[in-house]
Amino acid sequence: MFPIEHVLVLSALLFSVGLMIVIMKRNAIMILLGVELMLNASNLNLVAFNTFHPGSLDGQFFALFVIIVAVCEAAVGLAIVLRAYQHYNTSAPDQITELKD
Amino acid sequence: MNIASTIFYFLEAVAALAAIGILIVRNVFYAALLLLITLLCIAGIYVLSFAEFIAVTQILVYAGGILVLIIFGIMLTSRISGKPLMVSNKYWFVAIPAGGFFFVLLVNLFLKQSYASSVSAPASGNTIQRMGVSLMRDFILPFEVAGILLLVALIGAAITASFMKKRGEDVSH
Repeated sequence: MFPIEHVLVLSALLFSVGLMIVIMKRNAIMILLGVELMLNASNLNLVAFNTFHPGSLDGQFFALFVIIVAVCEAAVGLAIVLRAYQHYNTSAPDQITELKD
Repeated sequence: MNIASTIFYFLEAVAALAAIGILIVRNVFYAALLLLITLLCIAGIYVLSFAEFIAVTQILVYAGGILVLIIFGIMLTSRISGKPLMVSNKYWFVAIPAGGFFFVLLVNLFLKQSYASSVSAPASGNTIQRMGVSLMRDFILPFEVAGILLLVALIGAAITASFMKKRGEDVSH
């Protein structure tokens, strides 16, 4: 069917875009969104390389556990964003500078 | 070019375009919807890579769970003025070179290797049955630890978000 290089290049693109979103966007929710994109890129690689070993499912299990940890990260991260928004009235990480000098 | 390859290239192109769209749009709500498109396309690629269970989990957990959480977060953190939540791009002069350099590095690394010619189907039939048996036999410890981690994280998230306090009042439920 399709060559695996396509999946690898797609996952590299998704990871780079996630990295750019994390650096560039000035909003905590957008940063979480970029982290989700990076986790998905790694999952794509795990599933793609698992097709080389049809007898074993280890890559798919690894992807499954990555999804579980991503859920925890999103839930706790959004709860923290909500609390920070109630306390500081902003969701831009740059403006929360209480501990800065 | 058969039909599966056509579908695969279509999903790949849509996922890449939607991901780049997240980078470009300034409205956070549109970004969440574009992320939904990317996640659904990735689920389609999982189906074509013979990982049906991961694809269903992806749709249930990401498209059904995390996206709803993110949209709730967007609605709760935008001010009540009715304007959409816009985000400004700062440090783009750092982000574009860093991301571009990382992309070139990864692609060089990936394409330097030579892989087997194409993706092949798994040898024996029922993948989901094999996954279930393997999950209960070989991966029982990570499975239980993941369950405890989910419980702890969700209770922590619920408690962190539920102590709503107005300014100048005591903490109450």
